[in-house]
Amino acid sequence: MSLDPSFVGRTYPPTAPYQVGREKIREFATAIGATDPAYHDPEAARALGHPDVIAPPTFPVVVTMAASRQIIEDPALGVDYSRVVHGDQRFAYTRPVAAGDELVCVNTIEEVTTRGGHGFLTTRTDVSTAAGEQVVAVWSKIVVRGEA
Amino acid sequence: MELPTQTFRVTRADLVRYAGASGDFNPIHWSDRTATKVGLPGVIAHGMFTMALVGRAVTAWAGAPDAVVDFGVRFTRPVVVPDTDEGTEIEVSAVVKEVTEDGLTRLDVTATCLGEKVLSQARATVRMAR
Repeated sequence: MSLDPSFVGRTYPPTAPYQVGREKIREFATAIGATDPAYHDPEAARALGHPDVIAPPTFPVVVTMAASRQIIEDPALGVDYSRVVHGDQRFAYTRPVAAGDELVCVNTIEEVTTRGGHGFLTTRTDVSTAAGEQVVAVWSKIVVRGEA
Repeated sequence: MELPTQTFRVTRADLVRYAGASGDFNPIHWSDRTATKVGLPGVIAHGMFTMALVGRAVTAWAGAPDAVVDFGVRFTRPVVVPDTDEGTEIEVSAVVKEVTEDGLTRLDVTATCLGEKVLSQARATVRMAR
């Protein structure tokens, strides 16, 4: 699997805002068994200084995975999605995501390599509010497995 | 300093619920037919589901739901989830590597399934509750 290395450094246009809903956070928290009241009860979150329920640490993947289609489905880059496995994932927080946030993603391709017949693609997604407040930076490395 | 090990049970129902909540409907996380066709032993957990469970462990150790400042993992081995009532189990442990001057704690995390590590380079930086 050979990915086009000339894509390194490419930044894509900001995605349409994602409206973070209280019930979506509750649904995600329930799905991972996270019972802390701050994920479910706005009063509990406010007691910790947040405007509404906050999201568990890996919640932003809901937003960034949808945003990354911009890259994965870019025909010029040449990713075969059926051969993709998840390599690395990292979140660097400015603050937790909270219900009511309107989040915009800016995707940048940081690294494209080919090793042992496999393609490796590292993307950074800067997640900020529509008003421009930085919330979290998300790195994701995917491996596009070669035809063995 | 070692932190107390936390154990999480994972069943097929958990994967279906996570697929719906996360929007990741890749069939390798619910269809044995698809999973075996691409060379896996069977249905595997979403890597991001495993990472979410580790996130639960990390926030529990920190004592605060908003503790996580930085959190990264490498997925090294799939978590196979059999179609049984028991499913499988993921064990999560950690050691405190460093407490920085600005009050942040760096953890090195280990996650295992059936005695084998499923993550490498799993690290979290947290603000511990007082």
